[in-house]
Amino acid sequence: MSPATALSWFARHELRLAWREWFAMMTGGRRRRARLAVVGLLAFAALLHLPAWAVIGRFADLELPLDKSSLIVISATIFLAWTLMLSQAIESVTRVFYARADLDLIMSSPATLANLFSVRIAAIALSVTVMALLFSTPFVDVLVIGGGPRWLAAFGVVVAMGLSAAAIAIAVTLLLFRLIGPARTRFVAQVLAAVIGAGFVIALQIAAIISYGTLSRFTILTSGSLAAYAPDLDSIWWWPARATMGDSTALLLLLALGLVLLGSVMAIFSGRYADTAIDAAGYGTSGRRLAKERPFRSGSRQQALRHKEFMLLWRDPWLISQSLMQLLYLVPPALLLWRSFADNSEARMLITPVMVMAAGQLAGGLAWLTISGEDAPDLVATAPLSPSSVTRAKIEVVLIATAAIFTPLVAALAFASPYQAAVTAAAVIIGAASATAIQLWFRVQARRSQFRRRQTSSRLATFAEAFSSIGWAASAALLLALPIAGIISGLITAGLIAITWKCSPRRE
Amino acid sequence: MAEFAAVRFTAPKRLRVMVAGNAKPHGVAVMKPDSSALEVRGLTKRFDRLAVDSLDLTIHAGEFYALVGPNGAGKTTTLRMVAGLLRPDAGAVSIFGIDALQTPVAAKQVMAWVSDEPMIYDKLTPLEYLEFVAGLWGIAPSISQPVAEDLLASLGLGPHRHERCEGFSKGMRQKVALAGALVHDPRLIILDEPLTGLDAVSARHVKGLLGERVRAGCTVIMTTHILEVAERMADRIGVIASGRLVAEGTLTELRQQNGHADTSLEDLFIALVTLQAAA
Repeated sequence: MSPATALSWFARHELRLAWREWFAMMTGGRRRRARLAVVGLLAFAALLHLPAWAVIGRFADLELPLDKSSLIVISATIFLAWTLMLSQAIESVTRVFYARADLDLIMSSPATLANLFSVRIAAIALSVTVMALLFSTPFVDVLVIGGGPRWLAAFGVVVAMGLSAAAIAIAVTLLLFRLIGPARTRFVAQVLAAVIGAGFVIALQIAAIISYGTLSRFTILTSGSLAAYAPDLDSIWWWPARATMGDSTALLLLLALGLVLLGSVMAIFSGRYADTAIDAAGYGTSGRRLAKERPFRSGSRQQALRHKEFMLLWRDPWLISQSLMQLLYLVPPALLLWRSFADNSEARMLITPVMVMAAGQLAGGLAWLTISGEDAPDLVATAPLSPSSVTRAKIEVVLIATAAIFTPLVAALAFASPYQAAVTAAAVIIGAASATAIQLWFRVQARRSQFRRRQTSSRLATFAEAFSSIGWAASAALLLALPIAGIISGLITAGLIAITWKCSPRRE
Repeated sequence: MAEFAAVRFTAPKRLRVMVAGNAKPHGVAVMKPDSSALEVRGLTKRFDRLAVDSLDLTIHAGEFYALVGPNGAGKTTTLRMVAGLLRPDAGAVSIFGIDALQTPVAAKQVMAWVSDEPMIYDKLTPLEYLEFVAGLWGIAPSISQPVAEDLLASLGLGPHRHERCEGFSKGMRQKVALAGALVHDPRLIILDEPLTGLDAVSARHVKGLLGERVRAGCTVIMTTHILEVAERMADRIGVIASGRLVAEGTLTELRQQNGHADTSLEDLFIALVTLQAAA
């Protein structure tokens, strides 16, 4: 087999694997669901056009030349999308290094590793770009329908962003390996992915809160003070915005930049990829994390279970990285609460839905880890405890952990507005309990390391958990603003949860 | 049983265990020599096909019993039902006179289960794992901590007792799981292929440890594909095929049943399984 044939063969292999993984994620590993998944995806894509229209429909008429404020808003939106792509790319690259499924086979083969890893880097870039194209399509569609085909150039910008995001993600991850070693890279890279994904929005919100006392990031983006600090209109910083609006020169330059960046990363790092993969594989067999010497604790069997669950949650890098984004989103409302503590600002009302939503999402993740993600199911099942007491102990852990995070915020809110704090506390409890219940009804036998892929086990549970969090958040917000609407929203959410329970698998 | 002498760990002669919620102490040494540790009657389980077919089995207290059979014969399914990990479609399971299907918690208190795939927590150290297991069985820390330390030392895990299990080899993980099964000093130990993945030294350690437990009055039931182990260690051997017990007894009894005085267990096994398949 010639080198070129070998490369194209390996590229086909990578694409086939990526396609099957994505297909399994969409169908939950069941081929019979393929048609349902396609219909669901098309319906979802069609539905996504509605929020896309609401968010950017009014910008469709914009034409070059633009003023600084418009350029800032468009550039910030593009940068936000790019940070999300970068976050996803860092996560993908880390997964490729630590998932050893085929690395042993590849590295023990007589193939030229640098070439094979070049293909793998390109595959990461392709998957990041394709995913970004899929999600951006409804938004670009809205712009094309409203403003004409010149907006099709936005697809080219998405491709350029995908290529550059993948290139930087690979460079960052490999540099982390060199700087801090494989043991810390996995954790740091995951935290980095979470912080990058949420960081830009949160930074804008914090700036808006500090400057204008509002959570709206558009307030800061359209402010005169930011425009005063912004570069001149002919600066290269506006290339992405101009390319999006049909400036073909800017678009070609961006695409070239993206390709050069990715090519450079492939040339520089593909040769070192194998060493890095070997280091990462070695980490799995030589990790030496020592615990302190201490006497055994006494207590009941349930206490032993709870203690074990808390210890595992505390030591779970997946949980920390996956939940960090949800917790980071609590920073702006906490800051807003602190800022508007003395006055009766309406902006403070926004704190409640953010907290309720975050509590539901966090409780759902914790519940999956404690209830489904049991690494020693046989041990727990053969212990002299009834199954109900095991489940009760695990649910207690979820609720205690959630309470530990949200109680200080609710307590602070109680000083500003006791009524809002009471509504928030009730909604946080109901939201967390609902998410936990959904995880309990749809529990599966899984390993904790499968946490990232937990959504694939049941689409219904995933959507129900999301709708539950959104429903309770909306109900709490409405209850504060318009009590009747809040009660109706709460009843609808409770109804949805009841339907979810009816659809859950029956158990003995 | 010559191999048993290799291990120095000795189980406490009369380990008194205070069970949470049930203040009655019980000890492994108090057993009638002729009492049965496990009685299985008419045990049946069907998945896509019949996995276990009206199985009857009696294992005496203090006995080392090896359950052998070809792949898919129903060995693991049988033991998982005994351990309370699978609900049988029909039949009865009695462990030291306790109805394991009616009062599973009481039955679980006196037994331990070790699967062929060691399931332990990567983020816990061996000592933390044993602390958790002892806590689940309601054993006082003053008793369980020295036992845990001794077990880990006897299995060669002493230097690793404060390291998280995430970097352990399969053999080390298997030893941690085995230590977990022994830390609460069960009267009945059920092991599914416990020697899979162990090196020769580790396998000898494990066999020695199990031998010590049998000598202290504990009952051991083990499935194995390594017929030599069954031949050398087991007091009695049960051959299972297509979910049925096709032969049972000491090696001598099995030879007599088959009509060959000096046949190896491997030859006997192949003859019995072939006969069953033909039937």
